[in-house]
Amino acid sequence: MLTAAVAPVTADFSQETWWISVIKAVVLVVFLLTSVLFAIWFERKVVARMQVRPGPNVHGPFGLLQSLADAMKLLFKEDMTVTAADKIVYFVAPMIAVFCSLLTFAVIPLGPVVNLFGHQTPLQLTDFPVAVLYILACASVGVYGIVLGGWASNSTYPLLGSVRSTAQVISYELAMGLSLVSVFLVAGSMSTSQIVSSQTQIWWFIPLIPAFVIYVFSMVGETNRLPFDLPEAEGELVSGYMTEYSSMKFAWFFLAEYINMLNVSAVATTLFLGGWRAPWPISAINDGMFNHGWWPVLWFLVKLWAVMFFFVWVRGSVLRFRYDQFMKLGWKVLIPAALGWLVLVALVQGMRKFWEIDRSVLFGAAGVLVVFIVITAFLPERKKPEPPPPAKPEPFDAFAGGYPVPPLPGQVLPPSPRRDRQRASVGAQAQVASSPDAPSETDPTTPEVHGG
Amino acid sequence: MSALAAVPAALPATLASTGQTSGGEEALFWILAPIMVIAALGLLFARKSVHAALCLVVVMISLAFIYVAQGAVFLGVVQVVVYTGAIMMLFLFVLMLVGVDSADSLVETIRGQRWIGWLAGLGLVAVVVGVIGTAVYPNPVGVEEANEASNPVGIAHAIFADHVFAMEVVGSLLVTAALGALVLTHRRRLTTKRDQKQLADLRVAGGHHLAPLPAPGVYARHNAMDVPALDPFGNPIESSVPRVLRVRGQEADASEYAARIDRVLAGRSATEPPAGPDVEGEDDK
Repeated sequence: MLTAAVAPVTADFSQETWWISVIKAVVLVVFLLTSVLFAIWFERKVVARMQVRPGPNVHGPFGLLQSLADAMKLLFKEDMTVTAADKIVYFVAPMIAVFCSLLTFAVIPLGPVVNLFGHQTPLQLTDFPVAVLYILACASVGVYGIVLGGWASNSTYPLLGSVRSTAQVISYELAMGLSLVSVFLVAGSMSTSQIVSSQTQIWWFIPLIPAFVIYVFSMVGETNRLPFDLPEAEGELVSGYMTEYSSMKFAWFFLAEYINMLNVSAVATTLFLGGWRAPWPISAINDGMFNHGWWPVLWFLVKLWAVMFFFVWVRGSVLRFRYDQFMKLGWKVLIPAALGWLVLVALVQGMRKFWEIDRSVLFGAAGVLVVFIVITAFLPERKKPEPPPPAKPEPFDAFAGGYPVPPLPGQVLPPSPRRDRQRASVGAQAQVASSPDAPSETDPTTPEVHGG
Repeated sequence: MSALAAVPAALPATLASTGQTSGGEEALFWILAPIMVIAALGLLFARKSVHAALCLVVVMISLAFIYVAQGAVFLGVVQVVVYTGAIMMLFLFVLMLVGVDSADSLVETIRGQRWIGWLAGLGLVAVVVGVIGTAVYPNPVGVEEANEASNPVGIAHAIFADHVFAMEVVGSLLVTAALGALVLTHRRRLTTKRDQKQLADLRVAGGHHLAPLPAPGVYARHNAMDVPALDPFGNPIESSVPRVLRVRGQEADASEYAARIDRVLAGRSATEPPAGPDVEGEDDK
């Protein structure tokens, strides 16, 4: 389980030539763009099935060309720029979002070493010892697109959307990073290819199930998807940070959102779901035949789209969180849980590494702990003492301890003599005003009526 | 775009043990250095604080590129994650609330701060020049040796073995600071918190309007905020106009809208002035 971190990167790029890198980069970009078109169709179709309706089914077979038609429509729409916007930032923001989202797939291993035009090369554009941190860095810079787009629009709802997005990213990236660290600890590396090769025995989502759950929560929060789509909540903020964008600039934000979904799904696949490795019964066939050559691309895509399906499934069945509930979940549940789990993983890894404790001893200890927790759950709880009945409103002492003090909650102010006097005088005026001959002074300004 | 990411993979062996940089690294430096200098000047001279923050982001990211090019991959990436991704984001969070249109006030409120600034700047220059001038450079051993067991492992050895005391001191300082922030911003709750159910019960018990109020505007003809919505019988709904407009008396005349509907139902034009009694009497409508 604990691999010594000697070689920085497992993938062997020694036979890589510049044109192979170019081919890989172009294929990745094309793959991402077409996947987005497919993802939009996929999402609409799956959500439609969940809501017992057919979904897009007119353009092309199964309505597959629907998103192409939508993209064309967006291209030909009028590209508006808000007059009061901060022009440069307004223009740059969608680009930041898209470019940063395209960067992540460079370090995702789509497969093992294959033969490409006579060169043995891994199916991965590049890899380096801190590849997963690089993914986090790209994601955090990509959020600048959202934040700046909302600010530069110079409009209320976009600003609120981008402020929400800032807070959301800061709080959920912490939980995400912490959940990834436990994978680094057990895999002994931060390079994606080595993390995949460390999952030969077992995929990390099984031993690290709490980290996986935390990652799933935070990846949904990070990509602004329902139930965490608060920066663009259409019921509250029209469309959040994208409200003032139209045509291609809007399409870029849209593109970035879907590419980010693919990114976090690919990271979940690589770090927790075994990457390109074939699932168990298949991996045992014919001495691991399906883990070599081009087959692994299939397993990678199947896992990627399974996670994408999970995204759509959640979107179709869970309601949007309220903002304070969302923040509470992030700071009071996910981050403490991730920290606690990280300490536990570090302890276990340390014991195995430095004291050379056997794995069975650790599993035994974990079993005893689980049994203990289950038993304590069945113990009858001690009854809580009844809360004291609510005290009657205390009389308010304005000079408690000799100093003037404001009333505490539950204390009632004594009736104010000044207010009584005011009421009395207003009542007298009203009586005068209501006499039939007096000119009405409370008549509002002439109500305006719109023409038409 | 993904091609950018190919840069780090090709760079682990840039700084050779002779202390010479490779051609690629030199090219990268001469491209990035002017960008960084311009961005740093932009940080000083930008009118809007958000622009200044963005210039700083550009400097930080370019710096990260240079770190990566010099073989400090971990440092470069962490620079982006921590400084650009978290700290500058917190800065922006505050700055954004200022708004696009407001430039910073250039009125100096502290007396003599310009002179203090110049003095402090000159002092810093003196210190930096002194340190750099007296520094003795050992022979470079080459980045391959430092990164022998991969870059993160090398850094881990440096931090957790060679400088573990300083690391622990900084760590406890940070924990103390975090605790201090918690204590200083902590506010005791004076009343019990009411949850969603209690609030809903209160609303029902208070007899308030439970659903959202109807939106203003007669959608076939208007979407103005001051035009009241019409109920199914064609009567204007007062509460659909925002309370502020009603209090100010800026609401459009509801009775006029009701009258218009009556006129249309009676077969006449809606805008027709309420002239005298209709002579022809189109009562067939």
